[in-house]
Amino acid sequence: MTPYGSSSLADSTHDALTRKSTTASRKMAAHRCSCWSWLLILFSLSVFVVADIHETTPVNDHHGGVDHNAQTAEQTADQPAVEERRWEATEVKEAATVDAAADIQGTSAPETVVPSSVPQPKDDFQEELVIRPLHSGDIYASFQFRTLWDTDFMRENKVSHYRLFPKSLGQVISKFSVRELHISFTQGYWRTMQWGQPFIPSPPGAELWVWFQDSVTDVDATWKELTNVLSGIFCASLNFIDSTNTVQPSASFKPLGLGNDHSFLRYATLPREIVCTENLTPWKKLLPCGSKAGLAVLLKSEKLFHSSFHSQAVHIRSVCQDWQCKTTSWELRQTLNSVFDLHNSGQTKREWSLFKMFSRTLTEACPLASSSKLYIDITDNPQGEQFELSPATSLLSQAVVLGDRRTFSVYDLTQETTFGTVRSLNLLIRWKSNEGEMLRPLLHAERYVAGYGLQTGEIHTLMYNNHPYRSFPVLLLDSVPWYLRLYIHTLSVTSKGKDNKPSYIHYEPSKDRVKPHLLEMLIQLPPNSVTEVTVQFERALLKWTEYPPDPNHGFYVGSSVISSLVPSTVAMHTNSTRERPLFSSFFPCKEESSYFVRIYTEPLLVNLPTPDFSMPYNVICLTCTVVAVGYGSLYNLLTRSFQIEEPNPGLAKRIANVIRRMRGVPPL
Amino acid sequence: MAAPLTLLLIVAVTIRAALFRSSLAELIAERVEVVSPITAWKRVVEGLALLDLGVSPYSGDVFHETPLIIYMFHFLVDYAEITFMTFVFGALCVCICFFFIYLSLMPFQFRKQKFALEADRYPMDSLELIRSPKEMYYVPLKVAMFYLLNPFTILSCVAKSTCGLNNAVLALFFLSTIKGNVLLSAIFLCLATYQSIYPITLCAPAMLYFMQRQYIPVNFHRVSFWWFIVQYLFMYLGSLFVLICLSFFLLGSWDYLPSVYGFILSVPDLTPNIGLFWYFFAEMFEHFRLFFLCVFQINVFFYTIPLSIKLKEHPVFLIFMQLAVISIFKSYPTVGDVALYLAFLPVWSHLHRFLRNIFLVSCVLLACSALFPVLWHLWIYAGSANSNFYYAITLLFNVAQILLVSDYFYAFLRREHHLTNGLYLKRKDGSEATLILK
Repeated sequence: MTPYGSSSLADSTHDALTRKSTTASRKMAAHRCSCWSWLLILFSLSVFVVADIHETTPVNDHHGGVDHNAQTAEQTADQPAVEERRWEATEVKEAATVDAAADIQGTSAPETVVPSSVPQPKDDFQEELVIRPLHSGDIYASFQFRTLWDTDFMRENKVSHYRLFPKSLGQVISKFSVRELHISFTQGYWRTMQWGQPFIPSPPGAELWVWFQDSVTDVDATWKELTNVLSGIFCASLNFIDSTNTVQPSASFKPLGLGNDHSFLRYATLPREIVCTENLTPWKKLLPCGSKAGLAVLLKSEKLFHSSFHSQAVHIRSVCQDWQCKTTSWELRQTLNSVFDLHNSGQTKREWSLFKMFSRTLTEACPLASSSKLYIDITDNPQGEQFELSPATSLLSQAVVLGDRRTFSVYDLTQETTFGTVRSLNLLIRWKSNEGEMLRPLLHAERYVAGYGLQTGEIHTLMYNNHPYRSFPVLLLDSVPWYLRLYIHTLSVTSKGKDNKPSYIHYEPSKDRVKPHLLEMLIQLPPNSVTEVTVQFERALLKWTEYPPDPNHGFYVGSSVISSLVPSTVAMHTNSTRERPLFSSFFPCKEESSYFVRIYTEPLLVNLPTPDFSMPYNVICLTCTVVAVGYGSLYNLLTRSFQIEEPNPGLAKRIANVIRRMRGVPPL
Repeated sequence: MAAPLTLLLIVAVTIRAALFRSSLAELIAERVEVVSPITAWKRVVEGLALLDLGVSPYSGDVFHETPLIIYMFHFLVDYAEITFMTFVFGALCVCICFFFIYLSLMPFQFRKQKFALEADRYPMDSLELIRSPKEMYYVPLKVAMFYLLNPFTILSCVAKSTCGLNNAVLALFFLSTIKGNVLLSAIFLCLATYQSIYPITLCAPAMLYFMQRQYIPVNFHRVSFWWFIVQYLFMYLGSLFVLICLSFFLLGSWDYLPSVYGFILSVPDLTPNIGLFWYFFAEMFEHFRLFFLCVFQINVFFYTIPLSIKLKEHPVFLIFMQLAVISIFKSYPTVGDVALYLAFLPVWSHLHRFLRNIFLVSCVLLACSALFPVLWHLWIYAGSANSNFYYAITLLFNVAQILLVSDYFYAFLRREHHLTNGLYLKRKDGSEATLILK
């Protein structure tokens, strides 16, 4: 135990954590009460002091140096493109990680003294915020926090020392043998037509999909347990995920990390889930700096939930560390996307600032972060004719994201100069023009329920391919609850008025009260067309206890998921995701000519016929009465026989007869 | 006789063809009174579509027909006209079977009674109750008319409900029973049981009929009685075993057992219909559900024993009673089931003088049939009524059916009483007596 503690001491560079483990080792030392352990503590404290000094002074220097080098390299590469603006090198992060590795090696040099058998836990934290002014005049803010950790949760001996990676999630990964976990909570619907594609898509409500390791024997039981645990971690009603809303998609979800077998995948959505502060707080607690420092200080719930769209997510996967994929590391991405509608907040002037959006300004980067950046999308504003940005930055970056080459202004929060003399960064954008035309995203989709009455209905899904000359295939996934009985023989797919036969259909019919319908189709979308998918369904009458408390509000049907490789206008980077900004590296890219897009349609709200909830007793009584009428009349006829009716003598006559009998006279 | 029958057939086919061609056909096929989750044609098509997709039709909860039906339609479904024809044939077959039943039934019953008369078993004044061949001449035509022109049958046929097929199998069972073919009777009964469990109760009347025909006394101490029962049950259970194994080999799994028979017995689908189950179990408290489920299902089968004891001399009437009980108390009844036992009514035309409330009952049945679509519309489409309205009508419809059946049962027992005791009963003092049940 002691070698382990001291080796981690030597390794860690952050003071808070070091203090914690110092106290831990102090406690142990107190237990042992041996003199060499006192020596060890003294030694480790000295190491900590050395490490601290090492951290504060030269690291910034290092970064600056690398930046400078990269910048000069870039300047020599494309000189005419830039005026006085600098181009930020995309290699910065790799340099930074190398840098961090060097740091670690530097600090662990005296470690040879301590016998250590445990490999070094190597972890890295990055944070970034992308702000993109949208065509509609709204502002899209996307936070991403990434923690990378070289460790193996599936190892024999338990991982017990956590530094940046949240322990609660690490334990979940090792206990349930999770290979990949994606969970998102979303309030509001992402309007693709007005806002374009989000960096990380998510459906309204809660969504959870998990790949398990192939060592898991009973996937369904593990899944059930996992959802209950996650429900506790995120304070959400994920415990309502059961077999009736869990599906096992066969093609729509590819693992974003490593791993392949679809029998270990489970997918569920809760479209009715309402996301609020109680979900945000546990989410923030997973961050290494909490909401105390760095970009996370902006996440104030009263402002975040006063927006048109709010989505927070956690993505855990294992990724390759290098080109050959010899070693893997675990990646935790926490993302938070929101769209602020500044028109509706009662402002006449179109301008916004960090303070107006979040009621906070940035004062520092998270000290634990190896990189902390703020990107502003200025692609539509190359000459500054659309809006004006202040304070201006000279650092620019280009990234290919969602099939488009975008230009960003970059504010590096790890540099003192970013915060200026006031020690605080409050970005301000003033709009000059206010025209906002509708976008024509290459792929978008909508869905609605047709028909009237409560007996049957029809689900229509419309998919638009707005590419002028290229067709591309999409995978459509529909998970429909059992109480809407789909009739797959009524499925029709038409584009441009012609029948468009799906080349692949995977359909699993529902079982009442057990499992939902799963429909997956591979459909080729012709260029510049609308493809309509319709399928009829029948609404079931449920037991009175199966209705939610407001039964006439209706039942939610989760979003369809449309996954596609959309032709790209620019060449995509197919190399490792490491060197790119976080927002552009979520979906792995396998080919240069197209990029991966996932779209979620609107969830549906469907009414079902309802029984009268006020009269179970009456119904039981009345129906039993009818059965009893049947039973009674048959019983009557079966057990009795016909007899001639003897007239019943009247009461007076009977009394008279009794008297007559007593008198010995024959009766009347 | 042949001319009116031909005319009847032409009219019946024309009506069906016209309705099938009109836009009403789709509307009728959606009606919950006409199709149940088991018999709906839409669900058969769904099962075929699933089969085409390579998915077992029983992996979901949409298709509940038996494997033989799905494979039969799998061969036929490419030709929509042929499928339609099979349903017309189904209806016609039922009609023709009835026709034959009666043809063969009539002389037998008549001969028996004539013989009894000659043996002076019946009192002379009950001669009035015995139908003359002249009266009986038109009964087959009436049966055919009652079945073929019954709106319930027409609707069921136009909706392409597989209930028509079940009825045809049952009619073939009656025919082979009346004709005295033990093997065929057992096979058709087993087919009917295989389709929907409930006809198993028809075992008793079939055996009673054969025993009566073969002059085997219904006596528990006789070997011949038990020998016959063993013979019949062997044929019946043997063919059931063959059918079930055949289905297993066609499908390759036992999935269909819970999906067909479990579905009939445990009533998971609460889609409204004309029966008593749906609303009762929609409103049931969860911890009483199993208890009431058992009570309601036992209720269907239970009447077999007392009815067989009471009616052991009259197996044909026992068949009618059993059919009526099944169609009233089964878990997913449709109007097609009602039409089957209604077709028997002209056979009992000699009971009409003893019926007590036939007018009231027929008025209620007619009114309910008209109110079903009205209240359904109010609940489901207009939203101005709720489920209780439709439920009330199903209750009334079932009460009327129960009254109708018990009225016929009463009339039958009363006629039997008069046949042995004379029609005009006198009290001891010579005044006219009234009969009561005691």
